[in-house]
Amino acid sequence: MITAAALAAEVNNPLLPHWYELIVGGFAFFVVLFVVGRILTPRIQKTLAERTDAIEGGLKRAEEVQDEAKRTLESYRAQLAEARHEAARLREEAREQGAQIKAELRTEAEAEARRITEQARAQIDAERQAAFAQLRAEIGRLSTDLASRIVGESLEDEARQRRIVDRFLEELEGAGSGAVR
Amino acid sequence: MSTLTLLASGDEFKAPGLELFEFPPIINGVPWFTKPVLVAILSTVIVLIFTWSAFAKPKLVPRGMQNLGEMGYTFVRDQVARPFLGKDADRWMGLLLSLFFLIWIWNLMGVIPGIQFPVVSHIAFPFVLAISIYILKLYLGFKHQGFFGYFKNMMFPPGLPKPIYLLLAPIEFLSNMIVAPFTHAVRLFANMFAGHIILAFFSLVGFWFLFENLTPLGAPLGVLGVLMTIGMTVFEMFIQFLQAFLFAMLAAMYIGNSLHPEH
Repeated sequence: MITAAALAAEVNNPLLPHWYELIVGGFAFFVVLFVVGRILTPRIQKTLAERTDAIEGGLKRAEEVQDEAKRTLESYRAQLAEARHEAARLREEAREQGAQIKAELRTEAEAEARRITEQARAQIDAERQAAFAQLRAEIGRLSTDLASRIVGESLEDEARQRRIVDRFLEELEGAGSGAVR
Repeated sequence: MSTLTLLASGDEFKAPGLELFEFPPIINGVPWFTKPVLVAILSTVIVLIFTWSAFAKPKLVPRGMQNLGEMGYTFVRDQVARPFLGKDADRWMGLLLSLFFLIWIWNLMGVIPGIQFPVVSHIAFPFVLAISIYILKLYLGFKHQGFFGYFKNMMFPPGLPKPIYLLLAPIEFLSNMIVAPFTHAVRLFANMFAGHIILAFFSLVGFWFLFENLTPLGAPLGVLGVLMTIGMTVFEMFIQFLQAFLFAMLAAMYIGNSLHPEH
């Protein structure tokens, strides 16, 4: 009991602060308050705000880019459709044009062929006429020569001579008309 | 440990008491430089180093210490500042964060091997913090509500029947002006004080019955003491965190009430 009393007298009341601890505690608190509260907290607050900003800004930017991409895709699709349509139209046009050209060429070629045929026929006709006229004279002379030689008499009378020849030729013509044709 | 061994030198077991909190000066002739003062300064330096390495050059993408610091910051912001201060939260984060970190590290010294002294178990430390908050609370109250307005809002909240004020006014005055700062300091102090005694008691039980005075009957008690010391250390670490949180939360509540009267 005596020792307990002595001990109680010796130790301080734990509810009574030591003056030097008040000073040290106050000093420590205000140093921490200055460094953490004044210097460091604004820095981390700024960084946190920037981070929020960056994340929000990033999301917004991504959204914008996506919208832009969608718009571009849309426009590309429209252009592609238009191009396809245009190509189909051109192809159709080309086919029509080709057909037209072919038809034109054919008519032209046919006309040309006809013209050439006509020309050839006309030429043949003329040549035949010429040959015929020439032959007629030649045959007349040859026949009279031949006849005079065979008969032995001179057929000087022109009129008679021609009559005879003509008659002879008509007979000839009547016989060979199919062959000349 | 030296105190404990000294205590246990007698023949019979004696539970540790107030002498746990008595320390001789570390250097002879410098009476103020004792272990509590040394530990207080040391843990303050630890707080400064930790916060500096976490927040000095904050990055958008946090790494290492900044992650840890930001956990503390967002905890104080979301659990302490915003519920009580609302849109004023950011303005008071510096004070609340300082309080929370400083008190937590001071408390944590109670379980750091080799140091094992919770700074706030000496009442001067919580006292100086509580007084600072008390002065700030009165200053803000007078500034935002006016001198008389502050007391009027405190003692005569509107919307009560007249006779009630006879009872309420003195109670409110007492509780806000005298009891609040006292309990603010003493709650923190007493928790750490009692926690330190409990830890010292159980470790002394273990030490006494297993080393100083080993007997077949006493040995199981010693083992129990060691197990309890381990369990209570874990519990104590939780209390240390909780008290730091609570002190900062009460500070936020007082500041919030001074900025905007409750009713």
